[in-house]
Amino acid sequence: MGQSGFVRKTMVPAAAPPMLEGTVIGWLRANLFNSWLNSALSVVFVTAVAYLLWQFIPWAFKSSWTANSLVECRQQIKAGFGEDVSGACWAVIRERYLQLIYGFYPADLYWRPNLTFVLMLIALAPVLFPTVSRKLLLFSCMYPFLGYWLLWGGSIWGVALVVAELALAFYLLSPLTARFGLLITIVGVVLATVLWWLFAVAPLQSLFHGILPLGLRAVPSNQFGGFTLSTIIGVTGIVASLPLGILWALGRRSDMLIVRSISVGFIELIRGVPLITLLFVASTLLNIFLPPGTSFDIILRVVIVVTLFSSGYVAEVIRGGLAALPVGQYEASDALGLDYWKSMRLVVLPQALKISIPGIVSSFIGLFKDTTLVSIIGLLDPLGLSNAIRADSAWNGIVWELYVFIAVMFFAFCFAMSRYSMHLERRLETGH
Amino acid sequence: MNELQNKGGNGSRAGIEKQFAVRIANMNKWFGTFHVLRDINLTVHLGERIVICGPSGSGKSTLIRCINRLEEHQQGTILVEDIELSSDLKNIDLIRSEVGMVFQHFNLFPHLTVMENCTLAPIWVRKIPRHEAEETARHFLEKVKIPDQAQKFPGQLSGGQQQRVAIARALCMRPRIMLFDEPTSALDPEMIKEVLDTMIELAEEGMTMLCVTHEMGFARQVADRVIFMDEGQIVEENSPEEFFNNPRSSRSKLFLSQILGH
Ligand SMILES: Nc1ncnc2c1ncn2[C@@H]1O[C@H](COP(=O)(O)OP(=O)(O)OP(=O)(O)O)[C@@H](O)[C@H]1O
Ligand SMILES: [Mg+2]
Repeated sequence: MGQSGFVRKTMVPAAAPPMLEGTVIGWLRANLFNSWLNSALSVVFVTAVAYLLWQFIPWAFKSSWTANSLVECRQQIKAGFGEDVSGACWAVIRERYLQLIYGFYPADLYWRPNLTFVLMLIALAPVLFPTVSRKLLLFSCMYPFLGYWLLWGGSIWGVALVVAELALAFYLLSPLTARFGLLITIVGVVLATVLWWLFAVAPLQSLFHGILPLGLRAVPSNQFGGFTLSTIIGVTGIVASLPLGILWALGRRSDMLIVRSISVGFIELIRGVPLITLLFVASTLLNIFLPPGTSFDIILRVVIVVTLFSSGYVAEVIRGGLAALPVGQYEASDALGLDYWKSMRLVVLPQALKISIPGIVSSFIGLFKDTTLVSIIGLLDPLGLSNAIRADSAWNGIVWELYVFIAVMFFAFCFAMSRYSMHLERRLETGH
Repeated sequence: MNELQNKGGNGSRAGIEKQFAVRIANMNKWFGTFHVLRDINLTVHLGERIVICGPSGSGKSTLIRCINRLEEHQQGTILVEDIELSSDLKNIDLIRSEVGMVFQHFNLFPHLTVMENCTLAPIWVRKIPRHEAEETARHFLEKVKIPDQAQKFPGQLSGGQQQRVAIARALCMRPRIMLFDEPTSALDPEMIKEVLDTMIELAEEGMTMLCVTHEMGFARQVADRVIFMDEGQIVEENSPEEFFNNPRSSRSKLFLSQILGH
């Protein structure tokens, strides 16, 4: 019995952690070399990265920034770094970066895309971050018109007339709905808006412009290009395809047969046809259907096609989110007396969209990268421009430098979106 | 609220000047070809407390879900406070805002705080100003004994607390009738009591209640009538003393022996 009992007589003092804890070696051991498989993977991975950097870094740094042609580049590198060195010819970026950013936009008007971009960040701020003042949302609503006018220029009256009509429609919406019902009001307002755009804006614009000529120099669409063009198409597509995608997703789950059939038909059509095909439709086929003599801006057409395309994918992602919501959520909001739109807006969509954030952002990143496809129908996005630059005899044969530059720019944009989506997911976490 | 208490309380006890809360006549319902509710006739007066019990699958949930049109009946009539439930959306919304419902799995909105859960419908359906709705919500949260949790999210509360928030959320609409569908059967034993206490308090204030539950202690204590269902039919309708001590149908005898036997 005497052997089985134990009473501590001296207390164990606190000791320093084992030597490696909290050091670099300790971290390496815990994270990279904690098993044989992990160690092997670490070694292979580190070797591969080291090899790539070994190749890339000398190429990137034994480079020429000052030459005026590819041939001159090669001479400078040979002279500077030795006979058999092949380095990057960043000079092409130095010479053409403005073109890659602004396309053929008039150089003295670069401030307009710049200002539009800065204003875009301001307009997006209240949408992306709840801490920003809600009053800015009014500016966000006005921004699309302002941005359009700044970029394309022309008389202010055209934009003002469009905005005036929309504002009037917005204020009349609730009294008209009360009097005629939602459906008739919406159809009426859309019809009135289209008629206003088609028949009233142009004559009234020239009338007002005759009285008080206010405006910016017009820049035609064929001078747009580079990242400006990518951003215009990408951002407009993203902003417009989210609400449209929500509507398609709700339509697909609707009880009304017609609404459901149209939604299913649209979504399946969009998902079954490659974007390239739709872009060709936008660039060539549409002309056949439009009345002769009408010119329908090519960038506008592409934006519409890209928006519709993306909205089909966004709709499917959101439908997944809607389906993932427990049926009890729908029942609880019904039982509280919320009508369909209120229950969608206040209960269902906030949760469904939150579930869908990663998928939605993936669609948006895909859309933004897909804007490079417009080079195939002859628009000069950065990839289209890179072909144009290569066509210049001075830079004939240059490939990597342009692609690296374009890739870095796209990566920055897409990575920002990805980080924002992670931030959003964390912000909306409520512990369920 | 006070008006309701007086009317309800006196009405049902004294049997004078009774007002109808729910009247169901010759109601039938099918799920596809499955005849789930058969010839249901049930009248509930304002201020009455009804407990509905019966074996699993007997149609108890379906019956009370028909009362606020979460399920649609195909034959017969359902009147809630003299408004008939038909496919008229206006009537449905009207009835739903007068009838509160508490679910087995709480169904709180997880993206909203407790306070927002309680004020959502008052603000958007009843159009009550926000500060007034918050005042009401605080009153009812205190009543269900959830003080100081208003800013938490449902996911941060225990099951019993969540169910009491769900009761408060329904009460914030100031309903005249409350429906409960097995409000305690998803809870651990020690949490059942706190929810039952809340419901007993509510019953004592004269709220009209239709409650599907297997808590026979609760039924004995507060119910004016017990309704026993089996195979989609109302098999027995009785006072709690009679039902428990002296059940008339053989099915209720069997059910009671099973539920009280262990
Ligand atoms: N949406 C539905 N579609 C088809 N059948 C259903 C549906 N909901 C319920 N049922 C069936 O109807 C019957 C009655 O269901 P109900 O949920 O009303 O039973 P209950 O008495 O509430 O049972 P429990 O005590 O298990 O909750 C069951 O047989 C069930 O399978
Ligand atoms: Mg049930």
